[in-house]
Amino acid sequence: MKKITLVDQINLNEVYSWLQDPAAGGINLFIGNVRNHAQGKAVVKLEFEGYKPMALREMEKLAAAAMEKWPIKKLLMVHALGSKQIGEPVVVIGTATAHRKDAFEASRFLIDELKNKVPIWKKEYFADQTVWVNAHP
Amino acid sequence: MEVLLFGISKELMGQQVLSLPVDSKIANVLELKRWILNQYPEMGNLNSFAIAVDQEYADDETPVSGNQEIALIPPVSGG
Repeated sequence: MKKITLVDQINLNEVYSWLQDPAAGGINLFIGNVRNHAQGKAVVKLEFEGYKPMALREMEKLAAAAMEKWPIKKLLMVHALGSKQIGEPVVVIGTATAHRKDAFEASRFLIDELKNKVPIWKKEYFADQTVWVNAHP
Repeated sequence: MEVLLFGISKELMGQQVLSLPVDSKIANVLELKRWILNQYPEMGNLNSFAIAVDQEYADDETPVSGNQEIALIPPVSGG
């Protein structure tokens, strides 16, 4: 079973509840948060923009690839869009498997590939400027 | 033909949707990329950019036309 969504705000309790499965001995939850610094400078806030329909399609593809490779009971990918303050969760990857090794590996694969492929963009707001992350060399 | 813009490309090109002139005669992704770089040289300063056709990453040889959903995908940075 999988759940893939783009939301305004991530509810961690909801996410964890959804991942519960009596056959899963391991639930791995990766939570990506807004960090308070980048390139040695203080970040004020972040803004995420997404090409929503394509982002969902790419996330679905990654989920399907992971479910083929690892025996996953439940898989969840949630990304937040819009304006995010320091400390807020922006992405959650959750996998529930019988044994922990598969959950760790699948989650690692999903977050790494999400960062490579899913059309979502992060803008960092510093006190004196804004930067679209990864845009320039 | 119209091209959806996101993130930094939306800012660099100063619009949300790029409209290509009817006589631009763009047949595939490579020609579209060249046209964009020619019209908006500052796009050449980016690490790279991709083109998506009907919500799928497309390679240079993929044909493009006005009845597809075409989008310019600057370097992604989600997560």
